[in-house]
Amino acid sequence: MTNPNPISRLEYPGSQGANAAPLISPRNYTFLQTYIYRESGIVLDDDKQYLFESRLRPIVIREGLASIDALCDLVATGRSPALATRVIDAMTTNETLFFRDTAIFEVMKTTVLPELIAAAGSRKLRIWSAASSTGQEAYSLAITLLEARIDPSRVEIIGTDLCEQVVERAATGKYVQFEVGRGMPILLLMKYFTKVGLDWQIKPEVRNMVHFQKLDLRGSFAALGKFDLVLCRNVLIYFDATTKEQIIASIAKTILPGGMLVLGCAETLISVDHKYERKVFGHSTFYAVR
Amino acid sequence: MKKALVVDDSRAIRTMLSRILVRYGFEVAQAGDGSEALVVLEQHHGDFDLLCVDYNMPVMNGLELLSEMREQPRFDDIPIMMVTTETQIDFITSALALGANEYVMKPFTDVMVLEKLQTLGLVPYE
Ligand SMILES: C[S@@+](CC[C@H](N)C(=O)[O-])C[C@H]1O[C@@H](n2cnc3c(N)ncnc32)[C@H](O)[C@@H]1O
Repeated sequence: MTNPNPISRLEYPGSQGANAAPLISPRNYTFLQTYIYRESGIVLDDDKQYLFESRLRPIVIREGLASIDALCDLVATGRSPALATRVIDAMTTNETLFFRDTAIFEVMKTTVLPELIAAAGSRKLRIWSAASSTGQEAYSLAITLLEARIDPSRVEIIGTDLCEQVVERAATGKYVQFEVGRGMPILLLMKYFTKVGLDWQIKPEVRNMVHFQKLDLRGSFAALGKFDLVLCRNVLIYFDATTKEQIIASIAKTILPGGMLVLGCAETLISVDHKYERKVFGHSTFYAVR
Repeated sequence: MKKALVVDDSRAIRTMLSRILVRYGFEVAQAGDGSEALVVLEQHHGDFDLLCVDYNMPVMNGLELLSEMREQPRFDDIPIMMVTTETQIDFITSALALGANEYVMKPFTDVMVLEKLQTLGLVPYE
């Protein structure tokens, strides 16, 4: 038997064996790399054939196109902005979960948020979840504030993302079971969600604490105003060094004196740390703006 | 070594959960329903760091097991993670009232179980 696993023989129209010509022509591969870099800043290396294939194939099928090459040709004409947006949306990695790196949220609840709210005085505390994806991070923050017994009317949370689809989804505050099964402690699920059919709807008191909008991190943040706390987690990894530095520097300008930035747990600030001061709470690192 | 007891009537689920738990440093015992679990608990003098409990099982179901365990204060400190297809609010509320600490809804993936183990403080964040 050459192929013991029948499932791996299932083929979709246009699929080819492993030894056949690449599924995307070299010219279009370069086109996609450049296009996605230009539109999102995301760097895709030369070995991401499989990623383009798995992320773009559904669009090809839904549009009834012959191949990914045909899709590239269509996008390149610039005549279908909606299609172009879908290509960018498909190439962003939206993986997220509630209370990602739980330790950070614990420290926020016990130390950081109470301190920031005290420092804010009569002013509203403003928090930004930059690259909020489907909203889990922003809602985890809202729940953390409620759990810290901070009056929600004293807080404003903004979530932003480049990808339109996730911004729309985040705003609904509705999650499937698989999503609430990831990171949301069961006691908090019972307290802050209602079950709607098979899905889980975040309660209005939490949802109303957060607003979502589309925003490219490489653009201007002027319209957002200033923040006490910014979370920019698990997104910088997709950019090149220059883009990263620019974003970190622009974020610094949006943070009020004494305010802080939080990165993903595997991310650190090395090159542009002159604007920031490292603050370590337990196992969690925050960057305070000088 | 941390010890876990997996209670499920499906051998496939027991095997899958055990494999995940072993990977994160647990020694794993198994039971096919609530009454078997009580026997195993007895034999080990309640010396477990985690109990994974299904609901729908023959002889004694998961909630009955939790009620039985509540009768015995020496089992009070064992963290209990329900692993079940039951997702009705009433059901979850009863499980929590009977002492369940976490809840994994079937179908689950390895990473979901890991995240719950982390939430319970049984596995460190890397
Ligand atoms: C892996 S998710 C991280 C979500 C969340 N912050 C977390 O840590 O779980 C990365 C998000 O970054 C967004 N993204 C990618 N490029 C972006 C850009 N140029 N501007 C804004 N958001 C971007 C993606 O759409 C995606 O939702």
